[in-house]
This record gives sequence, structure tokens and C-alpha cells, in this order.
Amino acid sequence: MPGTLLKVAAKSAAGPGSGLARAADYAPPTPTNVSDAERVVSLGVGGALLLNAVAGKHLGLLSGLAGGYLLYRAATGHCPGYQALGLSFAGGTGPNTAVAADAGVKVEHAVTVNAPVEEVYKFWRRLSRLPEFMDHLRSVEETGATHSTWTAKAPLGMTVQWKAEVVTDRANEVIAWRSLPGSDVDTAGSVHFRMAPGGRGTEVRVSLKFDPPGGKLGSLVARLFGENPDQTVRADLLRFKSIIETGEVARVEGQPHGRR
Amino acid sequence: MKAVCWRGRGSVEVETVPDPKVLNPRDAVLRITTTAICGSDLHLYDNFIPTMQKGDILGHEFMGEVVEVGPKVTNLKKGDRVLVPFHISCGHCFYCSGNMWSLCDNTNPNARLAEKVFGYSGSGIFGYSHLYGGYAGGQAEYVRVPMADVGALKVPDGLPDEKVLFLTDIFPTGYMAAENCNIQPGDTVAVWGAGPVGLFAAKSAWLLGAGRVIVIDSVDGRLRKAERDCQAETIDRREKDVLDALDEMTAGRGPDACIDAVGMEAHGATVVDHVLDRGMQLVGMQTDRPSVLRETMLACRKGGTLSIPGVYGGILDKLPFGAAFAKGLTFKMGQTHTHKYLRPLLARVEKGEIDPSFVISHRLGLADAPAAYRNFRDKKDEYIKCVLKP
Repeated sequence: MPGTLLKVAAKSAAGPGSGLARAADYAPPTPTNVSDAERVVSLGVGGALLLNAVAGKHLGLLSGLAGGYLLYRAATGHCPGYQALGLSFAGGTGPNTAVAADAGVKVEHAVTVNAPVEEVYKFWRRLSRLPEFMDHLRSVEETGATHSTWTAKAPLGMTVQWKAEVVTDRANEVIAWRSLPGSDVDTAGSVHFRMAPGGRGTEVRVSLKFDPPGGKLGSLVARLFGENPDQTVRADLLRFKSIIETGEVARVEGQPHGRR
Repeated sequence: MKAVCWRGRGSVEVETVPDPKVLNPRDAVLRITTTAICGSDLHLYDNFIPTMQKGDILGHEFMGEVVEVGPKVTNLKKGDRVLVPFHISCGHCFYCSGNMWSLCDNTNPNARLAEKVFGYSGSGIFGYSHLYGGYAGGQAEYVRVPMADVGALKVPDGLPDEKVLFLTDIFPTGYMAAENCNIQPGDTVAVWGAGPVGLFAAKSAWLLGAGRVIVIDSVDGRLRKAERDCQAETIDRREKDVLDALDEMTAGRGPDACIDAVGMEAHGATVVDHVLDRGMQLVGMQTDRPSVLRETMLACRKGGTLSIPGVYGGILDKLPFGAAFAKGLTFKMGQTHTHKYLRPLLARVEKGEIDPSFVISHRLGLADAPAAYRNFRDKKDEYIKCVLKP
């Protein structure tokens, strides 16, 4: 969801319960309506205009304003002009999915866990344990049989929160969930469980989709912070497997070493 | 505490570092009573294993006394005298369950890095680069032992450190190398390299029923040790062409099994070989110098087995694979599944079938480590195996 980068930053700075945070939640929706290619162009042209303005060349104020407007479009993927005209060049969001087919980031990974499918399913179904192995999560609070509140770590020490519901739950087969409308991050995920051949345990296949704050450009920024989603999910699944198989996650942080 | 730290190519120093502590529920901390420098530590010393960092604590052969245990370690207590395999294994994954302990799925915190290089990651190893987990090693006064409940083995009181220390690595490594040869009665087993692993491989080949054991090296002290302590015939490669000599000794058949106990830093079979391999290594076109491996592929009899306990780390060039294919050779290799061998080999030591302390050439203190590394690398002073007492 566009505009959320600014919203999340404001809420993190002011604290989750603050008036600013509540006001940010009530801020009007700013849907993504600029295509990715156009956002990149906006970034380039907007930056050039701003530099022009700073250098004090011709039409300083005007090119400063135009540059700022284009940079806003690039950063958020939202163009108030398009919105006023009722136009959108980005993928839309259908009523039953939290993330549109061509929006956001999709990550798929699989891992084999040396444990019976019942045990593996049961562990995942307790969503409150997900932060034990999902590095980007701070907490998941189960607020009902199918509803939960997720809090994730965002760059620069900020946090992002969203409410989610389990939309599919078939014991020892599949769990699927999605964020509820109005969340900071639009996300959906599923995990499939299947007995591996020849007594090799359980195959776990995870599919995660999310639209990070600031859309795809946001994910580029996120990567600068070492948040490559593909790597993150793979590492998450290795931790999941370790916890079930060994009761802990191998670590070396905190052990001694000599001068670096 | 004092610990032996890697500082770069050809440089280790004894530094004062913080004491280790329990970090995970299945950890234990040991006060080390005896530790050793392994031939494979020389690959780190010479900087042939990537991902070392300045300040990394070395050492993967050690034993000592338990001083602290995590809440999930119920089979050990303070004061227990234990030895610890060089690799860390969880005991519960598919591989540990299948007795392939060094391929453990769960003990390399840098598995993602290893996957990039190897496809899939094996277990973590103490003090053996960040590719193998980045664990602090045991050439120190204390060490943290993860998964101590399945790794650490209690040692019977009557046995001194020196008789059991090498169960942590080189004895099982030599033993597995011989076991991988699938020795049949009367078989001739040829072992390249009379370092500690080669010597244990030679001894183990006898234990497993070999009819003849031939050891190849080019260092006088090591050849003598192979003859005297391992009852092996020897080939001094400075004097003879190894392939001709083996062919002659086996009346034109070739050895039934060949063990490469040298690995990635071989000194070439011919001078040309060696110069070419060094050149390739320098410009980054290959990481390992596989001249011994080439020779074993050519020397082995048809249908024979190559067993490779020597460490390889990366890309090899110009292997005579056609020879291996034409002769239908079997290749067996990999890090040792030490946990599998601990108890059976301890039983052999207790029964007096083997006294592993025969490989020790030097007994020094931790502070002597820098000189010991240098002399071991240069094979000075008949260095074969050096144990350190912290």
C-alpha cells in the first residue's frame, strides 16, 4: 500500500498509541496507481529537477515543486493527479486477495523436516510461535480462532503492524492467511504440508506475498538493509526445521574471538 | 582466557579473549586439558579455506573437563572428562539418524553461504572458517560445545588424554578412510601421505583385514614412522616413480584401494605438475592442487576404490577422469562421521588393539602455537603431530 512508508515512519516515531499514529490510520487511502517503469522515470526526472532547483538555475521554485511531486510519485507509487482523474496504471487488488497478482514481492521455498506431518502442522498452526523462526517478525498475537495481529521489524528500527485472518485451514495439509484491509503491509501466505517419500519426514512448501511499504521500490530500499526477502524466507525455513528437529537454532553470536 | 587466533596467511597469535559461555540450551563449556594441531589446520594457516576472519579461534581436536552445561544437557555434569568430535551434529536430522553425522542439516549457522558454494551444507566444524559455521575452536583454555548432549563422550578414568584425544578426528578419519576401501582379505591398500591421518589409515587397513599396506611420502621421518609403527612398506617418491613402483610391487595389477590422505595442498607428482597447479591457484583458476588425486586415479587397479580423507575445498583442474571411468573406479570421500566411530574405536583403545599416541612427535604449551604451526607447515624437526597443553 503506497504512502505507508511515510505513515509507518510517522507512527514509529510517535509511538503506536499516539494521536499521530491514530491520525495516520485514518488518513485517506493512497492506492498505488503508477506503474513501476513510470516510477523509475519519475525518480530520475524528479531528481534532476530538484538538483536544477537547488543549483538555482532557471525556474528554480517551479522545478523544485515539480521535482518534489515526481519524487513523491516514485517513492509511493501514488499519483494524486491520476487518482483525481480516476486512472490507475498499477495492478489492482481483488476482493479476495490481499496482494494483487502483479504487485508486491512473492517468495516460495520448501524444506523437508524430519518429523511426522502432524507435529510439523501443529507447530506452524500456533501462529504465535512464528517469530521464533521468522526473522522479520517481532510478534504474532492470536486474537481469535482465525484472527491475529502481526508486528514486523521494518528498516531503521521501525515496526509495521497488520491484522490477519486464516482463510484456509485443513489439518496436516494446508494453512493460508492474508492481511485484513487497512493494514500497513498487504500480505498473504500459505504453507502446504505433505509426507515426504520413504519416511523422510514432512515436506513444507511456503508461499509468501507481500507489498512492502513503498511497493517494489520499497523492497529495493529494503534490500539495502539486508532484507532480501528470498534469502530471508529460506533462512526462516532452515530455522523452522532446526527448532522442530533439535529444539534450538545453531548460533555463534556471543562466542569469543580475538581482535578483528 | 588465552586462545590461538588466526590473523591471516601464515600467522596465528595467542590472544586474550573473553571466556565462552552457554548460549543455547544444549551447550556445554569445557576447560580444555589437551588439544592438538591438525594437518587440516594448515589449510587455514595457508589461507586455502575461504571465509576465515582475523581473530577466529582455531582448533577442532580437543578434550577437557565440563565446567558448565545448558538446561537441556542432562547426560553430562560438571567435572565430567569428555572428548568432543571435530564436527557438530544435532543427532536428530535425517543425516544424523542415518549415521552420516558430518552431513548434519542443523549445525551450520552459515548454511546459506555453504549452499551457495556446495549446493547443500554439511555440519558445522569447530574453528574451521565461517563457511563451516564460524564456531570458535578449541586451541584455547575453554571452549563452548554446542549439541554437547550428543557430541561429548565421557572418557573412562584409566585412560590418559594422549591415548584418547585423537578419537576426536584423525583416528576415526584414518579408520573411515580404510573402511571406505571395502577391504577384502588379501587386498593391497596404498596410502598417499604419512601424516597422522595416513598413518591411522595404514593402521586401520590392517585392523580391517588388508593383506598388504604401502605408504607413499617424501619425508624421511614420516616414512620411517610408517614402516616402524604401521608395519607398512613404503615408497619414497623422491627416489622412485610412484606409478612404476606400485605396478611393480603388485605384479602389474595395481593396488586394490588407494587412499589420498594428502588433499588440496599436495606437492606435485612431477615438478611441471606442481608449477602448473601453483600457477593456476595463484590466478584463481583452481583452488586445490590435486596432484595426489590424479596419481591415485592412475594407480588404482580396475574396479578398485579411491578413498579420499584428504580435504578438498573447491575447484580441481585436469583430473584424468577418463582413467577413472575406463577402470570403473569407486570414489568414497567426505568429512568423517566421527560420532559413529567414537565408541567402537574407544573400545579398541581400551582393549589395547591400538595406542593412538604413537603419532605424537611434539608436546608443547598453548603459547608455543605460533612456532608449532610454522614448523608443522614446513615439516621441520620431524613434525608429525603436535599436542598443546593449555
